[in-house]
Amino acid sequence: MSEILAYSFMQRALLAAVLVGLLCSTLSFFVVLKKLSFLGAGISHTALGGIAIGLVTGIDPILTGSIFAVGTAMSTGYISRIGRIGEDTVIGIYYATGMALGIALISSFKGYYPELFALLFGNILSVTAKDLIFMALVLVLVLFFVVLFFRELLAICFDEEMAIAGGLPVTFIYMGLLASMGLTIMVSIQLVGVVLVAALVVIPGAIANRLSKNYRIMLFMSLIVGLGGSIGGLFISYFFPVPPGAAIVLILAFLFALAMVIKPLIENLCGYRKN
Amino acid sequence: MEKIVNADKLSVLLGGKRVLEEISFSTLSGQLTGIIGPNGAGKTTLLKAMLGLVKLETGELTVLGVSNSSLKDVRSRIGYMPQLQSFEKRFPLSAADVVATGLLSPKTLLRRQPDSKDRIREALRSVSMESFAQLPFQDLSGGEQQRVLLARSIVRKPELLLLDEPNSGLDFPSQRLFMELLTRLKIEENLAIILVSHDIVSVASFADQLVCINRSMHIHGQPAHVLQSTHLDEAYRCQFDLLSGSAGKGGCDN
Repeated sequence: MSEILAYSFMQRALLAAVLVGLLCSTLSFFVVLKKLSFLGAGISHTALGGIAIGLVTGIDPILTGSIFAVGTAMSTGYISRIGRIGEDTVIGIYYATGMALGIALISSFKGYYPELFALLFGNILSVTAKDLIFMALVLVLVLFFVVLFFRELLAICFDEEMAIAGGLPVTFIYMGLLASMGLTIMVSIQLVGVVLVAALVVIPGAIANRLSKNYRIMLFMSLIVGLGGSIGGLFISYFFPVPPGAAIVLILAFLFALAMVIKPLIENLCGYRKN
Repeated sequence: MEKIVNADKLSVLLGGKRVLEEISFSTLSGQLTGIIGPNGAGKTTLLKAMLGLVKLETGELTVLGVSNSSLKDVRSRIGYMPQLQSFEKRFPLSAADVVATGLLSPKTLLRRQPDSKDRIREALRSVSMESFAQLPFQDLSGGEQQRVLLARSIVRKPELLLLDEPNSGLDFPSQRLFMELLTRLKIEENLAIILVSHDIVSVASFADQLVCINRSMHIHGQPAHVLQSTHLDEAYRCQFDLLSGSAGKGGCDN
């Protein structure tokens, strides 16, 4: 263990895994409860358009990608509410359009973009100190928002109509959740890439929801799974020739399969049967 | 008895389509009003208008002494129970957690309520669900879930309770139990209750007055009067066999 952490790039990667693991698993709790899984995939793929703009213009692609990701998330929520269009329809349109924009820009401006491969498939080992500061900043912002509005977020996820009738600022809080998702996904893209990032904001919450009927336990389990998956994947990739992003997602997928099998076993052992 | 709701020729336009036209009725405290009508009659829109969630095209609506332009201000004095489909059934909340969501309002943002536990316990007690407080909501039967949702609607001690199809999906004994519970709350709390339902027979047995709408006003008054009126057939555009609670010869065209 000490041998692995002797490398400064591994220290940075471990810190990134912890930050992103915490971020994704916190958001994953709400993504699963509010059924926003497809939005996660949509934001990440749309962000490719923003990343491409950054690459061809020389602006930091993480910055342009973040603007795209947050813009996509918030406008999806806005259009689906105001325009009476299903959220999945809006995401489906953004998803393909963002990818198309990315492909068109990268193909048109021929050049060598070494960052592109890392952003598509993730490269946690190349995380810089600047990236870590950005991740930490996003974590603080997201946690601040979640802690501040936790009860309201829970009420909106459970029964939005009732929350509206109760006079809660539902649109403001929901937009805050979507903006948090956009930022979280963009930060996590550095870890696992555009293609795999949706798994990070879906699987921890899905596992926890499968195993718990108490939201406090569900949130705690989501955090443990998210952290465990991120750190575990990093270490596996050190010992085996597997990219860290793929290793993280495969660990999470394995844990999900395990949760699917374990739950009925636990219920059988406890003699529990739902009516 | 105090007048809690007064609707005077109110009309509502949604998406260019008139969904309510010249609806007039009033509700007093301690009175249970059943709003009946076929699918798409505008029953839910009428409830939403009382919550200030829908803008009126014409007419006057006064709720708890406040006119339609300021209805947002009285939401904290109104209990609302949306249709059963509105909430997520496999949600990891206990019965007490569900009731706690009813305490949230703009006034509670960023604030803790010191007496919330007592209020939750009291609301659950009033619907005979106190012993279920810590059980997962998703493990409760449909009838038990309905009573917990009712506790959520009354946890803020409202003066007016609006219920949207609370009996849908419940078997007959659960429906009866629920209606008996509403009747008890109405008397004990002097609560004005407005209940939207498809089930004319069930509502008529417990309501003090019925309001029958199908976009426009068809008839309102005491249940016996409404049930015997030919206007009921007009509203549903079919003949009603009230003994079976179903459409009679000719069927319904909606």
